[in-house]
Amino acid sequence: MRYSGFRVIKEALTGHKGWKPAWRDPEPASYYDIVIVGGGGHGLATAHYLAKEFGQARVAVIEKGWIGGGNVGRNTTIVRSNYLLDGNEPFYEFSLKLWEGLEQDLNYNAMVSQRGILNLIHSDGQRDAFIRRGNAMILNGADADLMTTEAIKKKYPFLNTDDARFPIKGGLAQHRGGTVRHDAVAWGYARSADSRGVDIIQNCEVTGFRIENGVCKGVETSRGFIGAGKVGCAVAGSSGRLLSLANMRLPIESHVLQAFVSEGLKPVLPGVITFGAGHFYCSQSDKGGLVFGGDIDGYNSYAQRGNLPVVEDVCEGAMAIFPMLGRARLLRMWGGVMDMSMDGSPIIDRTHIDGLYFNGGWCYGGFKATPASGFAFAHLLARDEPHPTATAYRLDRFEKGYMIDEKGVGNQPNLH
Amino acid sequence: MIIDHPLLGPRDSSEFTYLGDARLIDRPDPDGGDAAAAFYQYAYLRDNPAGWHRELWFHEAGDRSWLVVTRNTLTHEISKVELASDVARAQGRSK
Repeated sequence: MRYSGFRVIKEALTGHKGWKPAWRDPEPASYYDIVIVGGGGHGLATAHYLAKEFGQARVAVIEKGWIGGGNVGRNTTIVRSNYLLDGNEPFYEFSLKLWEGLEQDLNYNAMVSQRGILNLIHSDGQRDAFIRRGNAMILNGADADLMTTEAIKKKYPFLNTDDARFPIKGGLAQHRGGTVRHDAVAWGYARSADSRGVDIIQNCEVTGFRIENGVCKGVETSRGFIGAGKVGCAVAGSSGRLLSLANMRLPIESHVLQAFVSEGLKPVLPGVITFGAGHFYCSQSDKGGLVFGGDIDGYNSYAQRGNLPVVEDVCEGAMAIFPMLGRARLLRMWGGVMDMSMDGSPIIDRTHIDGLYFNGGWCYGGFKATPASGFAFAHLLARDEPHPTATAYRLDRFEKGYMIDEKGVGNQPNLH
Repeated sequence: MIIDHPLLGPRDSSEFTYLGDARLIDRPDPDGGDAAAAFYQYAYLRDNPAGWHRELWFHEAGDRSWLVVTRNTLTHEISKVELASDVARAQGRSK
């Protein structure tokens, strides 16, 4: 069923009795060409692109809980492509281009809103670093705009540019960046993949991999064995847990990241703003809540909840840059499990086990990557070669010395 | 989280800096035959368990001691706190 404005009017006039479930609830078959473990944004996007772009129909997505219940529904919904390094920037720009055409591609309203993102500059050194980053972005076909304090004052009059402690000296803006309704991304990909024949199997936990003579033959699940030509794992924070079932140790630690939303307000914040003197980012949802976050808690965790010192730290960042936020009540806060890699960049690669593929290590930047991650993982699964924008995301780069370390802090996951 | 320091008693975890898996105490032998592979595994690969995890915390805003904390990554419950120097000595190390 195609969604359209006409359809909405027709259903409104006929009591909304014609809407059908957006995807089926099939029983797992005994064999698929490709099984994707993980029904989050990346797994569902992989299934969509496998079916649509690479002609693969015998595909299943296996999800332990319900689709979209993990990090794709827990992030702060920001999309951008403002990276510095050659290994990253073309990939994230590819992702932003896919975001721009996502709703037409999926026939689904994901509320893609290119309201712009602004990284504030508070020192001369930071300006130099951001100019370099902006140039790297432009060289890779992205947009970047170095905004003066005057231009920022005009666009965001509520910002205190003359703050004695953290004066705003300018900002690096990416006007094509913005926000996307994150749940709709999971649902849109799921609906599209399902309509192209992909089986989405929920409430089905992978309990093991069947590996014979170094070849992965399928997955053992809570609903029986499912044979597969290839198995792709896209389980974000659960990567270490899942791949330990294949006796693999990964260059990943799982950490908890908290996010926050205030009570609903009238429109006050027209884009995404990040504070450059601390770690704080904020945007306003279409419902009116200010959505914001900061650092990870910094210790291994699968708990999906964090602790109060980080709440205090994030709120201090908020008060430093948006004192008006102090008048709003905090409505909700929650945590998600981040697959923090050793260099802060992701992995999309084969493993040493034939037929077993891995997608993970997204740290706390996986949401913006969802379309390109799915596309690149589908490319790898279908053709056994990496997508041109994802060639640097190798699993063996740590052993070979080809780290992609945007911040240059080394193999300390809680610092990325 | 409250970390029950063996010498100082209960301290808030925000006084500490987190390093990671306590296996980082056991630095590989740089003269061993497989030193390159061993250091790759030491520096980059982690067990990352969901459940009990022995990990290194540094009391940066306190007595600057290194602790081995046994903590559950699913619940944040802490069951045991030891001085890292005691753990290393128990393994036969001199310091």
